[in-house]
Amino acid sequence: MAREDVLVTADWAEANLDTPGVVFVEVDEDTSAYDSGHIKGAVKIDWKDDLQDPVRRDFVNQEQFSQLLSERGIANDDTVVLYGGNNNWFAAYAYWYFKLYGHESVKLLDGGRKKWELDARDVVTEVPKREATEYVAKPLDWGLRAKRDEVEAAIGVKNLIDVRSPDEYAGRLLAPAHLPQEQSQRAGHIPTALSVPWSKAANEDGTFKSEDELRELYVGEAGLDESKSTIAYCRIGERSSHTWFALRELLGYTDVKNYDGSWTEYGSLVGVPIALGDEPGTK
Amino acid sequence: MSDSCAAPDQDLALPASVDLEKETVLSGTVVNDEGELVQGAYVRLLDGTGEFTAEVVTGEGGQFRFFAAPGKWTLRALSRYGDATGEIEAARGVNETKLAVSR
Repeated sequence: MAREDVLVTADWAEANLDTPGVVFVEVDEDTSAYDSGHIKGAVKIDWKDDLQDPVRRDFVNQEQFSQLLSERGIANDDTVVLYGGNNNWFAAYAYWYFKLYGHESVKLLDGGRKKWELDARDVVTEVPKREATEYVAKPLDWGLRAKRDEVEAAIGVKNLIDVRSPDEYAGRLLAPAHLPQEQSQRAGHIPTALSVPWSKAANEDGTFKSEDELRELYVGEAGLDESKSTIAYCRIGERSSHTWFALRELLGYTDVKNYDGSWTEYGSLVGVPIALGDEPGTK
Repeated sequence: MSDSCAAPDQDLALPASVDLEKETVLSGTVVNDEGELVQGAYVRLLDGTGEFTAEVVTGEGGQFRFFAAPGKWTLRALSRYGDATGEIEAARGVNETKLAVSR
C-alpha cells in the first residue's frame, strides 16, 4: 500500500474541500475543538458519545456504526478523510473502526488538526448539512482486533508493541503525564513487549515519519520480527491505533492487530504475567 | 481519573482530587512576542533524555499543565507565532514556567 492511498496532505485537503464524494470528518474526545473551528465542510464524530457503547465496556457494534454514519450523511462509496487533535490519535482510532467495519476508502489527514492550525489554514464554525444516508457496515473484521486471551497467548510468540511512554512502560507512571496519576490497576508492561512510544512514529508537527524512518524505528532499533504477527497496545487503544496505522497501513505488514483493551484491561486482570522496568522481560 | 488519553481542558482549575503532597505538577503559560497569552499552542513535555512524554493544547488563558515526577524536564511549545523551549527542574507540588514563543 502506498502512502498516498492512506494519507492525504494538508495541501491536498485544502484543494479538495468541495470535491463530491469526499467527506471530511473531525474526530475528537473534546468536541469543543470542532465547535470553535473546523475544516470547512467537516462533520464531527465524538470519540466517547458516538464511538463507545453507552452501557457495555465496548465500542459501537455493526448496527450502531451503520446508524452513526447514516446520520452523519456518509455513504458506503464516499472517500472519508479523518483528522483530529492529539496528533490524530482519535482520527487513527476512528480509521481503525472504518477498517474494522469494512469501509472501502478512508484516509487520514497527515498531521491532523495540529498541522492545519500550525499552518494557520482556514477554519469555520458553520456546521454542514448533509442528507442522511443508508450506510451498511460490514461485520467486524477480527483480523484487526486482538482480545485479551489472544494477547496473553502472544507473549514470546508474536511481536507485542507497547506504544506508551517509557515511564508508563517501565511502571514508573500509570497514565500519560498530562493526566493525574491516581489509578488502581498494576503498573508495568506485557512481558516480551517491545517499547516503541507512538510519538516516535510522528514528526513534531504531527505528520507521520517516512516509511524508511518507520522501518528503521520498528525493525532496526526496536527489533520487530518481520516474519511474525504483531499486536499493538497502549492504555486504552487510541495511541496504539496510531502505531497500528504506521505498521499496517504505511509499512504494509499484513497481520497487525490493535488491542483496544490495552493496559487498562491487561493491568487489571488477575493472574497474568507483568514485567517491570525498561527491559521487555521473558515469557 | 480519565477514561481517555486526551488532555483535559487546560484552563480548568486544578481538580480538588489532585493531591499536591504526592503529585508533581508542571504548569504555566505560553505568550507571544507581544506578551499576549497564546491559545491553541501545542506544548509537549520531554523527559530527561529528550523523549516525548505528553502533549497538551493551551486554552483561552494560554495555560498548560502536566502531571509528572520530580526531576529534569524539557517543555517545547509550537504555535502559529513560532516556537519555544524551556528547561525545568521540577519538585513535588506546582512548578510554574512561562514559555515565550517567537519565530
